[in-house]
Amino acid sequence: MIYAVGLLSIVFLALAIMVIVRVQKILKGVNGEESDDYAVNVNANAIACLVFLILGTIGAVWSFMSSRAYFLPEAASKHGKVTDELFWFSMGLLTIACVIVNVLIFYFAWKYRYVKGKQATFYPDNIKLEVIWTVIPMIVMAALVFTGYRAWTDIMSDAPQDAQVIEIMGKQFGWQVRYPGVSDNKLGAFNFKLINDTEGNVFGIDLSDEASFDDFTNSSEMHVQVGKPVLLKIRARDVLHSVFIPHMRVKMDAVPGMPTKFWFIPEKTTDQARADLGKPNFDYEIACTEVCGQGHFGMRLRLIVEDEYSFKKWMAEQKPFLTEHPELISKVPDNLKAKAAKYIPAVEAPADSTVAQVQTVGIGTASIK
Amino acid sequence: MSAVETILAPQVQAQEHEHEVLPFWRQYIFSEDHKIIAKQYMISGIFWAILGAGMSVLFRIQLGFPKASLGWLKPLLGGWITETNNLDPNFYLALVTMHGTIMVFFVLTAGLSGTFSNFLIPLQIGARDMASGFMNMLSFWFFFVSSVIMFYSIFISTGPAAGGWVIYPPLSALPQAHPGSELGMTLWLVSMTLFIISALLGGINYITTVINLRTRGMTFDRLPLTIWAFLITAILGLISFPVLLSAALLLIFDRHFGTSFYLSEIYIKGEALPNVGGSPILFQHLFWFLGHPEVYIVLLPALGITSEVIATNSRKPIFGYHAMIYSMIGIAFLAFIVWAHHMFVTGMNPFLGSVFMFLTLIIAIPSAVKAFNYITTLWRGNIVFTPAMLFSIGLVSLFVTGGLTGIILGNSALDIQLHDTYFVVAHFHIVMGAASAFGFFAGVYHWFPKMFGRMMNQTQGQIHFWLTFVGIYLIFFPMHYIGIAGFPRRYYQFTSFDFTKSSFADLNMFISIAAALTFAGQFIFLWNVFYSIFKGKKAPLNPWRSSTLEWTTPVNPGHGNWVGEIPAVYRWPYDYSKPGATEDFIPQNVPYSQTTESNFPHETALIAEEKNMLPYSPNDQFRTEAH
Ligand code: HEM
Ligand SMILES: [Cu+2]
Ligand SMILES: [Cu+2]
Repeated sequence: MIYAVGLLSIVFLALAIMVIVRVQKILKGVNGEESDDYAVNVNANAIACLVFLILGTIGAVWSFMSSRAYFLPEAASKHGKVTDELFWFSMGLLTIACVIVNVLIFYFAWKYRYVKGKQATFYPDNIKLEVIWTVIPMIVMAALVFTGYRAWTDIMSDAPQDAQVIEIMGKQFGWQVRYPGVSDNKLGAFNFKLINDTEGNVFGIDLSDEASFDDFTNSSEMHVQVGKPVLLKIRARDVLHSVFIPHMRVKMDAVPGMPTKFWFIPEKTTDQARADLGKPNFDYEIACTEVCGQGHFGMRLRLIVEDEYSFKKWMAEQKPFLTEHPELISKVPDNLKAKAAKYIPAVEAPADSTVAQVQTVGIGTASIK
Repeated sequence: MSAVETILAPQVQAQEHEHEVLPFWRQYIFSEDHKIIAKQYMISGIFWAILGAGMSVLFRIQLGFPKASLGWLKPLLGGWITETNNLDPNFYLALVTMHGTIMVFFVLTAGLSGTFSNFLIPLQIGARDMASGFMNMLSFWFFFVSSVIMFYSIFISTGPAAGGWVIYPPLSALPQAHPGSELGMTLWLVSMTLFIISALLGGINYITTVINLRTRGMTFDRLPLTIWAFLITAILGLISFPVLLSAALLLIFDRHFGTSFYLSEIYIKGEALPNVGGSPILFQHLFWFLGHPEVYIVLLPALGITSEVIATNSRKPIFGYHAMIYSMIGIAFLAFIVWAHHMFVTGMNPFLGSVFMFLTLIIAIPSAVKAFNYITTLWRGNIVFTPAMLFSIGLVSLFVTGGLTGIILGNSALDIQLHDTYFVVAHFHIVMGAASAFGFFAGVYHWFPKMFGRMMNQTQGQIHFWLTFVGIYLIFFPMHYIGIAGFPRRYYQFTSFDFTKSSFADLNMFISIAAALTFAGQFIFLWNVFYSIFKGKKAPLNPWRSSTLEWTTPVNPGHGNWVGEIPAVYRWPYDYSKPGATEDFIPQNVPYSQTTESNFPHETALIAEEKNMLPYSPNDQFRTEAH
């Protein structure tokens, strides 16, 4: 493949040059009369137009065919299937337009090349033609706008009530994920002033809000349940980032000071995707698409789509944030201390072994079955 | 030849203007002559183009050959090559940012519009010079200082600005966020502020000149489409650049004076900042309010040049002259109300997204009309493949190919996936970058004889065209595939993700090779330009047999452009291959009374009025000066 592409490049460039140089020489002999100062190399350039058209079409078709294998697989989310379909439909339509127009340009250039003494047709305008080619694109655009509008409003509509809420926060340079926990299924409040990396409060979780007691966080993976709507609550704590889940056709900026959101329904588990693609190591991934500095190109987070059973199991195994940072109990107001107490581990386990355990469990679940 | 000859023998009239000989520095350096200023813009534009394109070759090396050892670049880049002989990721971002800034603003705005608006407006409307030569000079020198500052910023130790050419805050507002937001960003903002001042001074001048200094008979519906394009471009700039200026000023406040226009709830480098209440989205709105019109500021002059070149070299009138003007006006108007299509996934209200999708897709219609009109102009022409013509034909092809993908991106539902991927990169490089650059090439090839009184080598020009044209498609066409595969833009390398690391490495390599070769091909052009300036064949008066006014001046027009009276204009600029005419073109300054053999009935009716034409141009600056 590498060499095929390389070959094409050389063939392409070489042909372009050759056609010009060679044909120019030959034709100069044949049509010596034409190479006056005014119009030089008429036929060479006319032929180059045709050659470009033909080789260009072949090159475009061939390169598309050989690149297809590397496009993203079929969308793994519900709305993604809709937008994919729309994309390929529009692409098809526009490709036809592109081919027609380019054929006309270069065919005309070749056909109507300069001939000494020939008179061009004086043809300054034609209202009817102008109207036709104003109205036709209008109709096509209207159709595209209409379908696009419907898809867009569906995608941007409010998430269903039962959606699994997950917070995802961008920072230089990595994604942080927070779940609302299993007891109350509600994300606790946060405040950027409470962020403190050294104490471990990366999110600025507000522990005076009791909803935050059972929240748990993760910095390497996000788990979601197949078939269940997921509502991402997106924010950033330093500069702009953008959540991009290519396989799910999801993208939304993460903006400091302005929370954003995006909801989608994942339709294929990681395991299923691995089986379908025949790639046992396949993973859904989350990337960043808004330049955020030096580490922008490496803000990777794994996304694991699993069935209800595994997802519930994983959720149950996660240690709440407070459990992992028991020392932060000091930030809990006195009147809530009793409620918070149940999240504080009775036996002091060394903090890092807990973390390690969470990680192994997470990865383990994804590769079960 | 009778019709043509009239133009060559200007009505002899005692010239009232005193011809003082200016010292060298006033004639060639701090010159107020539009032709010299145009050349100054051209040379600076070419300088920046080499630098900007050179940078792209550098980062293409990184993208095409991520594992290559780049130690050999150390002499050039010094500390930006790391210990392990790799390109520093920060410097990668700096290169991308500088490339974008240089290409969009310094090459395609100043280099293209600055060169040809300056050169052609007075010559094609029949004026001695710009309305204010002094402001015109100031405009260039503001641009020059701006260039010097931007150039200097490349060499400072923390590197130039590096947040992308759109410099979105907070990244660009916080020096602690990355090195590119330190001094480099300050210099970027200062430089761009001066640049905007330059653009405004230039634009006001272009508009005033077109409105006030047209020669007698040069009504608006006899203006060449180049002039229409420059006029509309200048108006776009005049309305939108001040908005960028305000965006930049607010950013300067946020950076240096502790305000919070764009900043809110930020924790960075272990510290929570005091700023609250600002909005990074505000900056994006302000930026794109310029940013989108800017793409047309860049493209419209190229389209204007193309209209002129295609008509001349097809030996046909431009098809749909009025439709061309209306579509340019339509594009210009719509250009102001589509900016948020760059912001579909910023968290902007989705309803706004729908509105902007609708408006964006409307703008495709006048664009399509223009493309169809160009093609119909080719139809049944007698096409002379001058290098300028080839570049214009190439421009139409690129404009269509690149514009069509705009219809995909303008669809907000589809843009979710494609935004900030290589699909966008492919789209705008084809439709804006390459197409406008082709306009520049076409302009240089076409008006070189008028600028320097000598001809460029046509065969070299044609080879240059085919290399560039094929090269552009080889570089940017495959980028669509990479974008469809989800590759994000502004990535230093693609090794961190499974979905990018195992594919298209070869295609990226291919693109990089094509880019380097295409870049190398540009030296043919450079050689051709500089060789021809000194050694080119002497140009005839009207080498392309064109009907516009600039070809009625002497081969090397002096100060004031015309010797004697400025010619009067009797007809539109596109009387090519008129049935019955003796020549296949009739210059604009030939009255209908001299072309009775080819007049249409409504034109014959105009002959009676020709007697009323003033014997001199009332707008002649030399004349009013003398009074
Ligand atoms: C048919 C007409 C066009 C439509 C509908 C269109 C639409 C769009 C859209 C929606 C985007 C944003 C994509 C994204 O960031 O996700 C975009 C990007 C862009 N377009 Fe176009 N476009 C059109 C023509 C043009 C023309 C004529 C130019 C240049 C002269 C141009 C230059 C650009 C540039 C520079 C960008 C990228 C800016 C950036 O993010 O850095 N477009 N276009
Ligand atoms: Cu990023
Ligand atoms: Cu735009």
